Amino acid sequence: MSDLATAEPFQQPPPARAMPDRRRAGQESVYRAVNSKRPVNLDLSTIHFPLPAITSIVHRITGVILFVGLIFAFWALSQSLSSPAGFDAVSDALAGNFLAKLIAWGLVSALAFHFVAGIKHLFMDADFGVTREGGVQKAQITVIASVVLIILAGVWIW
Amino acid sequence: MVTSITSFSRNGVSDWLMQRVSAVILAVYTVFMVAYLLFHPDLDYYTWSGLFEQTWMRIFSLLAFVSLAAHAWVGLWTVTTDYLNATYQRVGVQMLIILAIFVYLVWGIQLLWGA
Repeated sequence: MSDLATAEPFQQPPPARAMPDRRRAGQESVYRAVNSKRPVNLDLSTIHFPLPAITSIVHRITGVILFVGLIFAFWALSQSLSSPAGFDAVSDALAGNFLAKLIAWGLVSALAFHFVAGIKHLFMDADFGVTREGGVQKAQITVIASVVLIILAGVWIW
Repeated sequence: MVTSITSFSRNGVSDWLMQRVSAVILAVYTVFMVAYLLFHPDLDYYTWSGLFEQTWMRIFSLLAFVSLAAHAWVGLWTVTTDYLNATYQRVGVQMLIILAIFVYLVWGIQLLWGA
């Protein structure tokens, strides 16, 4: 019950002259915020998402990328199975065409991340490491594992 | 309980399970394809099309494509439900997604059994 009574008295706003009530109330709340003992962070540049939130949104983004990129994968698969000439067209593109290599690497990278982050999800479903520390740790492992896979995929494609 | 007429099964737990089962199937298919391509660096058309003429490979691929359809729908439904809050916009985009999934599925069946 002591909260209000014993709290440090905040610095009073300057005496209200002909200030409208609404503005005065606003100014009072600013004084209260500035003088209160609660931690207040006004520097927005220091606020950022925690790593698990970033891996979560990247999981979603890579999912959408993969859905759109399926056009290329289905095209390559149907072309490569259609005829020997179609097969050569796909394998030549993947062997010599820079843009084709870039698209392939991009899609394999998105798949690698989505794959690793999906396995992380299965671990969480199995109630493995569902703590604050565990969440950060699993997000770190997800980033490291997918970076390794993405580099290996780049080496494979080039 | 939240029910949505656009969700896959109109039941979140069922959608959740579908998402996991399809994810595992897709993961196995991905690992298989990557391993196959790694072990066949000098792949030619006849080996490649021979693989896809095997009945087990056609069934495995069809299972993967059906899983893809379910997985993509549950995932994209979640994303569109979270970010597109205007009903007409959301349902419009979701209808386009269903159409795209249907096209992928038909395309997949066609490439497996030959045009």
